[in-house]
Amino acid sequence: MTIISEIVANYNQWITIFLMVSGLYIVVARGNMVKKLVGLSLFQTSVYLLYTSPGKILGGTPPILDPDFTVYSNPLPHVLILTAIVVGVATLALGLALVVRINEEYGTIEEDEIFPEKDGE
Amino acid sequence: MVLLTLMAAVTVGVVRQRNLFGVVILGGIYSFMMASVLMVLDAVDVAMTEASVGAGISTVLMLSVLYLTKSRESVPHHTPLLPLVVSVITAGVLVYGTLDLPPFGAADNPVHLNTAPRYLEKSIEETGVPNVVTSVLSSYRGYDTLGETTVVFTAGIGVLLLLRGRRRKRKARPARPERGSAK
Repeated sequence: MTIISEIVANYNQWITIFLMVSGLYIVVARGNMVKKLVGLSLFQTSVYLLYTSPGKILGGTPPILDPDFTVYSNPLPHVLILTAIVVGVATLALGLALVVRINEEYGTIEEDEIFPEKDGE
Repeated sequence: MVLLTLMAAVTVGVVRQRNLFGVVILGGIYSFMMASVLMVLDAVDVAMTEASVGAGISTVLMLSVLYLTKSRESVPHHTPLLPLVVSVITAGVLVYGTLDLPPFGAADNPVHLNTAPRYLEKSIEETGVPNVVTSVLSSYRGYDTLGETTVVFTAGIGVLLLLRGRRRKRKARPARPERGSAK
């Protein structure tokens, strides 16, 4: 019984960790650059979950002030994550532009095909 | 909880799928589910931003890059054993770290005791905005947002510079074969 309650209590965090680690795995293990960027954004989105889940108060409402409610969830993580989402899409756009340029220069977006070419020169 | 499990399932799909088109669409589904989870966690502003930016703009950007490149991922030559081991060890350490965290959703967690109550109390009085996320974002932490816009501006300049050089090059040397195809 204690094991089940432990699992329920930490489920958010564990899913966050799973998402984060699979993003890390994709970034390290896969050679395709678009796939790498998808992994990177997976990692980023897991961080959103990591920040917002401690901000939730059970029985609370979203932090929009109203005389009918007294318990609000924490607004501070939401603000930080709003910033993080916008910065995330900016870095994603920059990375994709780099991928397009690499494809233009080497004719491929696979790491395995780019590096042997460099050795052969 | 069901949503979180579905998100994990989609992630497994992203890891295993080799068709990049499928990967991008799964990424869009993942973003929408993330937005619903954020909604459940009371972060409505973040959920709206994630649904429009994460599921909308990111997917469109990815698809346009796939249009310009190839949409098929080749099988990597090296074994994925070492990254797998590193990832599993990282996950183990992080799960060990979660065991000491305060309980989920309790109002007296240390996160809720320091700055947030002050924002909630004084927001109407000092800024006149009932949505506390807005007032913190643009009033109390305005410099943060200024930094954010600087980052976005820099990224925009970078993208423009990278893609402009590409167009000029193509115009100057249209007949030059690309290295990959010449080999």
